[in-house]
Amino acid sequence: MPDLAKDTAAPAPGTGEALLRLEGVTLRFGGVVAVNDVSFEIRRGEILGLIGPNGAGKTSCFNALTGVYQPTSGQVVFDGRPLGRRKRYQINRLGIARTFQNIRLFQNMTARENVLVGADSHHRAGVLNSLLRLPLHRRETAEGNRRADELLELMDLGHRGDDLARNLSYGEQRRLEIARALATRPKLLCLDEPAAGFNPVEKQRLMDLIRRVRDMGNTVLLIEHDMRLVMGVTDRIVVLEFGKKIAEGTPEQIRNDPAVIAAYLGVDDDQLTDEEENL
Amino acid sequence: MSTSTTSTTSPKPERRTLGERWADLPKPVKIVVWLAVALFFYALPLLNPPLLSTPESDFGSVMFTVASYALVALGLNIVLGYAGLLDLGYVGFYAIGAYTVGVFGSLHGSLPFWLLIVLAVCISTASGLLLGAPTLRVRGDYLAIVTLGFGEIIRLVALNSEWLNQSRGIQDIPRPPDITIGGEPVFEVPRLLWDGLTATVDLGNTSAFLEFGLLDGVPYYWLALSVIILVLLGDVLLQDSRVGRAWEATREDEEAAELNGVPTFRYKLLAFAMGAFIGGLSGALFAARQGAINPETFTVQLSMLFLAAVVVGGQGNRWGALVGAAVVAYLPERFREFADFRVVVFGLLLLLLANFRPQGLLPPRRARRAQRAGKRLAELEGTEEGARA
Repeated sequence: MPDLAKDTAAPAPGTGEALLRLEGVTLRFGGVVAVNDVSFEIRRGEILGLIGPNGAGKTSCFNALTGVYQPTSGQVVFDGRPLGRRKRYQINRLGIARTFQNIRLFQNMTARENVLVGADSHHRAGVLNSLLRLPLHRRETAEGNRRADELLELMDLGHRGDDLARNLSYGEQRRLEIARALATRPKLLCLDEPAAGFNPVEKQRLMDLIRRVRDMGNTVLLIEHDMRLVMGVTDRIVVLEFGKKIAEGTPEQIRNDPAVIAAYLGVDDDQLTDEEENL
Repeated sequence: MSTSTTSTTSPKPERRTLGERWADLPKPVKIVVWLAVALFFYALPLLNPPLLSTPESDFGSVMFTVASYALVALGLNIVLGYAGLLDLGYVGFYAIGAYTVGVFGSLHGSLPFWLLIVLAVCISTASGLLLGAPTLRVRGDYLAIVTLGFGEIIRLVALNSEWLNQSRGIQDIPRPPDITIGGEPVFEVPRLLWDGLTATVDLGNTSAFLEFGLLDGVPYYWLALSVIILVLLGDVLLQDSRVGRAWEATREDEEAAELNGVPTFRYKLLAFAMGAFIGGLSGALFAARQGAINPETFTVQLSMLFLAAVVVGGQGNRWGALVGAAVVAYLPERFREFADFRVVVFGLLLLLLANFRPQGLLPPRRARRAQRAGKRLAELEGTEEGARA
């Protein structure tokens, strides 16, 4: 997949400078504080896990950095530029692509068309070009088709290109969402619980896939419930609870962090003291 | 149970649909077929086929009405079928096109015909942009209400404005210029005269190429049909492009589209402007044919009729929109004797359609594909159960 890999230079995992920084981001909905003064950074070329119990503010964080919500205070800096009041499609064009916790494909379009919509993100042909079939249109159409082929193949969907998205199986739909997001040539790929509802075999396959995507030069932000998946695939992990960041570090550090164990794994008090004694 | 094993593993050869067979034909064959179809439609009012012809009104004029509805339906299909925007005031653009030709061609000026058409299209497109820019930010139901109001406002402005001649309307609207050689038409095409199933050529009743007279509706029909063909061509090219995909994605899931780099507002506005363009064009042709317009022509009812054409035909399918327009415009003329009941019959037909074929007479590709996939799945499950039993 040479064409996919050359999009972004690939530094060694986790060593690059910050690609995206959350600086004191707070999201308030009326009286509810969904995200409370959260700061962390995602480094170029790493897979960062964002975890936390239900309602910890993970998806809200996601929404803040993909432009779905404007932070109440604080800011998101991507690739050296604050996102500010950019529109959602502009943020996508800057290089942030995402998938959804509840699958949101274009159900009545084919798998290939779904990916093509993503590929069109960086195309420029408008009405005139399309009507007159000018060279720009032809070039972009060829490029989009090639890209769609590659991505469908990468996601094991090569044989499903002409099927409607809604006729794909659950797992295929999740993979198609990733393909569509990748088609927009993101610098940062945000996956919102991509393994939800997967069995262990599918999860394993997904992990391999996420690694492969990273190895092609992408940076990945991963929200996930499944601890094994998160620990196995991420370079670093940020833990949220009640909208606040309670820990950040390598999987090893997180695994042994008592606050995380208490908050996220919800172990009994006596077990917690055991853990603390072990430390 | 796998859904991916469809045609490859099924033992019997799959029955191919008409569309699939058509797609496999070589290109020259397709072009010839298309030309033949176009020729047939150009000749239709002169062929005067017995069952199709309208005994109680001039067939050529009826065919022009059908054509102008078809053009409107094509435009509304872009707005409603492709972009998914419910526009209940589409008649407004039709009226703007017609009034532009009337005002600058007769009432307050005498611009040449082709310039009038260009002006009509420009003004209706501009009005589409003006209406769309604020209203396309609201969702679904609100858009329907705003556009409904827009259609009425246009009519009321025409009805109350002294400058637009109020309820008297506009007369003496210029006709399209003739194409003649030394004052004589280039050629004349005779009609067929039917007696039962035998046809004779009626040399006394011809249509001139190309003279836009008062009585003969056929030249106007030819003009409208030519415009339809051009619009269809553009429609095909546009739908199969980045623009068409963006519309479809926006209709499917606006937020997901936006987050995948589609500037949805811009594309909705584009669809709206395109619709206004085509609506205005159709209105302008209508005014040129009628020679006279007044505000009562452009009622909400007409908007609903346009909408019915697209919905009956199958929103999102250009051929469906054409069929729908033909149904809506032609049937009442064909069965004039029942004209008093036509609203009732229409209501009944719509009810039946909504019940038995909610996707329209010719549903769009996506609905048909989904249906086919569902059927295949059912067949697969059926055979598996059969094997187990």
